[in-house]
Amino acid sequence: MSILLKQVPALAKEEMRKVYSNTMSELANENKNIVLMEADLMGAIATKGYMDAHPDRFINVGIMEQHMMGLAAGLSVRGMVPFVHTFGPFATRRSYDQVFLSLGYAGLNAKIIGSDAGISASHNGGTHMPFEDIGLMRLIPNATVLEMSDHVMFDDVLKQVTDTYGLHYIRIVRKNMVQLYEAGSKFEIGKGITLREGNDAVIIATGIMIAEALKASEELKKEGINVGVVDMFTIKPLDTKLVKELAKSTKLIVTAENHNIIGGLGSAVLEALEDVPSKVKRVGVNDLFGQVGPQDFLQEEYKLTSKEIIRVIKENL
Amino acid sequence: MENLDKKIRIEIIKMLVKRGFGHIGGSMSVVELLAVLYGEVMNVDPKNPNWEERDYLVLSKGHAGPALYSTLALKGFFDKEMLMTLNEPHTNLPSHCDRQKTPGIDMTTGSLGQGLSAAVGIAQAIKLQGKNNRVFTIVGDGELQEGQCFEALQYAAHHELDNLVVFVDENKLQLDGYTKDICKQGDLVTKFNTFDLHTVRCDGHDMKAIKESINNALVTPHKPSVIVLDTIKAKGVAFLENDLGNHHVRFTDEQIILLNEIVKELESEL
Repeated sequence: MSILLKQVPALAKEEMRKVYSNTMSELANENKNIVLMEADLMGAIATKGYMDAHPDRFINVGIMEQHMMGLAAGLSVRGMVPFVHTFGPFATRRSYDQVFLSLGYAGLNAKIIGSDAGISASHNGGTHMPFEDIGLMRLIPNATVLEMSDHVMFDDVLKQVTDTYGLHYIRIVRKNMVQLYEAGSKFEIGKGITLREGNDAVIIATGIMIAEALKASEELKKEGINVGVVDMFTIKPLDTKLVKELAKSTKLIVTAENHNIIGGLGSAVLEALEDVPSKVKRVGVNDLFGQVGPQDFLQEEYKLTSKEIIRVIKENL
Repeated sequence: MENLDKKIRIEIIKMLVKRGFGHIGGSMSVVELLAVLYGEVMNVDPKNPNWEERDYLVLSKGHAGPALYSTLALKGFFDKEMLMTLNEPHTNLPSHCDRQKTPGIDMTTGSLGQGLSAAVGIAQAIKLQGKNNRVFTIVGDGELQEGQCFEALQYAAHHELDNLVVFVDENKLQLDGYTKDICKQGDLVTKFNTFDLHTVRCDGHDMKAIKESINNALVTPHKPSVIVLDTIKAKGVAFLENDLGNHHVRFTDEQIILLNEIVKELESEL
């Protein structure tokens, strides 16, 4: 079970990338089929610890993402469990046909970790800033598409996907995220997590936008507006049952994502509600390319803030 | 299996005639290679297509599926009658190879350039697992225009995957014309030798020569091998050989008569 931390959410001490290296090292002690693969971003994702622990099951492929996906397919044909990491745009956009066909269509088993979710690519700018990766991956039949909410969730999800055959895309922030859950929390893929109840409106959020949603809910509460918050880390399969229930129990659903509002969480929620009378508003990147800047600047620039969520809720209630 | 090459040609023609169209050119150019691989070289068990100790074949030029399907049927991986279902709705024999549909197909291919990476991945996995299975893969000369092929070859050379043999079906033609006119490739043997790959050229329709090249490749340590096969696209179908439009052909009534005659002639030679 996932348990929301009691204290006010704050940045975790532990970086997401640290969890990746540590959890995978641990898992690879037990599971001899795990292979970690990098395309020359080992330094960025800090997997040296894993490499030192399991040098025989670590491959730094070189700067060739398309080939890395095909290589993963071949490893999977032989029953191995490849974990492939690169920056989100290269893991999806650049090598899309390889992921789509050699892994997805071929029915193979691979775990793709796409790092630097949305604006967290920060100073790497527009070339490295994925606002479309979730959308692309959702279009692959049978793929599982997840966005990590904090390092506690990431640890649990890595353990789960190791033992689940299929193509998984796991979108992460590389560095520190706000810690939402108590250590040891368990998560169920396909089930959204209600963090806060509220009958006026509900915010369905992913990734860094969950902390913004909690802030917005807190602020609005002071004004007597009760806003629920749901962590929808499982974008595919989406928790459609929960989304439909929320559409019935509240007047307004606001989605909040660090991604283009086309193709991502907002689209998925709208699709789930095609037969349910409802009002849905999407907060996210409004069909724009990325750019360089510190994360707080980018958050303002693309209106990925609690302030924007509050504005949208007030305007639509 | 005696006359396997001829039997494969017969089945390819029959299945394509039944459908009325298909990728005849690139299927006919790899017949001798498949006859050597499945007739003499590869360790496979038709009754247990997923046998872990088997040798692997990735047909990266997936459009030559009909040639491989014919070979697999003749080897007993599935009934020959199934060949007549090529490209029918819900068939297990689609135009391009699909590992989830056809017994004996090791990798799904069709989007050119991708099969080579998968073959390299299988060879890499076998090394990691400390096993001795061999991996064979067939790419087209036109397919080598895909940049991913060069990613895969660099990787294979660096990791010294000597359990991998890459065949280039150099039939000199691609869908829109001569490969040398569309994007010239130069001498592939020179090119791949500089990639640190053990590379040789051989007559792709001479089964003895193919066998010898494979034997040499398999005993070359620390290097993956590339065997460039000098072939004729649509080999064995005289009226289509080296015809610029022989990649995918929709047969006329006259052509079907000619194709049936070729089958008869081949059958009389068995």
